[in-house]
Amino acid sequence: MNLIGEHITYKPDDQFHLNDVSFNFKKGNLYTILGRTLSGKTTFLKTIAGLLNPDSGNLSFEKKDFSKIPVWERNVAMVYQQFINYPHLNVYENIIFPLKQRKLSKDKIKTDVEEALKTVGLIGFENRKIQELSGGQQQRVALARSLAKKAKILLLDEPLVNLDYKLREQLREEFKKIFSEGMSQETILIYSTTDPQEVMELNGEVIVLDEGKVLQKGPAKEIFENPLNLKVAEISNDPPMNILKGLKNSDNLNFENISIKSPKHFKNLENQNYNFGIRASEIKLDDNGEEFEIELAEISGSETLLHLKKGNSKLIALIEEVMNFKIHQKVKVIFNSNKFYAFNQSGELVSSPYGINNG
Amino acid sequence: MEKLYTFLKYTFITLWTVFIVAPFLWAVSTSFKDFQSVNSKVTYIPWLDFEPTLEGWRVLVKSPARGGVDIVEPYFNSIFVTCTASLVSIVLGTLAAYALSRFTFKAGFIRNNDITFFFISQRIMPPIVLSIPFFIFLSTIGLLDSLLGLVVVYIVLLMPIAVWIMVDFFNRVPKELDETALIDGCNPYQAFYKVVLPNSIPGLIVAGMFCIIFGWIDFFFAFILTFTEVQLLPVKVVALNSSITPWWSLSASALISVAPLIIVAFVVERYLSKGNLSGALK
Repeated sequence: MNLIGEHITYKPDDQFHLNDVSFNFKKGNLYTILGRTLSGKTTFLKTIAGLLNPDSGNLSFEKKDFSKIPVWERNVAMVYQQFINYPHLNVYENIIFPLKQRKLSKDKIKTDVEEALKTVGLIGFENRKIQELSGGQQQRVALARSLAKKAKILLLDEPLVNLDYKLREQLREEFKKIFSEGMSQETILIYSTTDPQEVMELNGEVIVLDEGKVLQKGPAKEIFENPLNLKVAEISNDPPMNILKGLKNSDNLNFENISIKSPKHFKNLENQNYNFGIRASEIKLDDNGEEFEIELAEISGSETLLHLKKGNSKLIALIEEVMNFKIHQKVKVIFNSNKFYAFNQSGELVSSPYGINNG
Repeated sequence: MEKLYTFLKYTFITLWTVFIVAPFLWAVSTSFKDFQSVNSKVTYIPWLDFEPTLEGWRVLVKSPARGGVDIVEPYFNSIFVTCTASLVSIVLGTLAAYALSRFTFKAGFIRNNDITFFFISQRIMPPIVLSIPFFIFLSTIGLLDSLLGLVVVYIVLLMPIAVWIMVDFFNRVPKELDETALIDGCNPYQAFYKVVLPNSIPGLIVAGMFCIIFGWIDFFFAFILTFTEVQLLPVKVVALNSSITPWWSLSASALISVAPLIIVAFVVERYLSKGNLSGALK
């Protein structure tokens, strides 16, 4: 009784929106689609909803061919990144709209709506107009409408992206709670986002999408620990993983006149050229380190992002405190060599600090 | 500087208001005058300058046999033709506009924008170009000098306005709203009338207003396509102007022919200023 997609391809113009995508989604699970803007996430969700018809491939749900069922008869719900509600209806009318469409009994509608309002924390807002609500509240209404419907497939298309930072954090916490407690085991939940942090926090099964192609599938932890290639490493980290072209010899990793002691997990690697990957958070300021020039310093919240340069190598370091730097100032940094990844020349992961586990 | 700006602003508004309102006041006062008060000398103030009389108004409802001009029938003719043509134009135009906004059409080199332009191009042509084809068309199908014939012609004139306004309006309603309706269990027709249409009322009102105005004020086609059986208000009003111009009844008829438009303007203004849609659709 799964949602199964086989070799789904959608190419409306000369670019692939979906390129041979296959999946098998099980009930009661949370799936996150991670990808950059225009990677095909929305197309993916709209295909499942039935708003788009793929050029080729099969989509089936509960052993029925989904492609023959029109949108309005598929039991799906969708929350858009824009806050889409019915502007001519108030909060309560918005939430009962899909239930009325299904001609449910009055009592059933009442209890379902109350439950949904409680879940999203909008009790007391029933008679408000949509226009009177803040962005976060509007998105809660959209979520409540989707929840009240008790659809078997719930699609959330970057639901938090248009909210401000504070609200995003808060709503993300609530989403986590709703997904783990408020959802029935009958529901398949599919959540798309560009934000790796969201993926890690939601901790579901992840599908990494780029240019319409599935790059990697697996649990969030697996994606974090063993990104299969450079693209995944870039997409699944924010800031993107630093990639340094360099040479490994028996004891050291060498790049840009820097020589770092080779970590233990590299000992079985052949001595040759690699793309070494290291996360921004594994680079620390240290007076005994290597000298880099600051190109840009961004302060975000309680952290400072340093864009560093040396020769042809550019990297980003995440400093966990707020510091003021001048542009072109020289700083010294050290690398936590135990957290180095190695990708071969064609970009495949060959060694990871967590051990490669493709299973 | 600020004060000077305010001063100039209000001065301009005052002058403009006087410019707009003065002819109306003049028409109102003239409509209550008799032959003497109009033709002998310039008179302004009722009871002081001249003795007001209802004669100018009475003539309008008297039958021609009793020396009147009877504009009641043309008045209702005009209301019927304008309202029917506007209603049909709005219904058909809205459906056409929705299709043009939401679906992609291809026929050879023709795309959605070309179809939209085709509608609008009907209004680009000078009316005189259309008059002969319309005349021949109506006489062929036997609708010359009839209300129905006028309705048909007015639909041709008004529907482009409805399509033009509504295409623009629908293009600003996010497609995701229709999609959400589909996902929530509406078929495409239900999505249109349960979700899209209720959110398009401001657009419908604007389109309707333009249709009514353009239909009501048309003189050219009403003049060319009717003779004796049917007469519309604008033609009748102009026909008052004979060898001796009865300024008093001419003023009265002019006033009641603009009255519906003034009422429409007030109703629409009140409705639009409610801002029913503002901020709802981002």
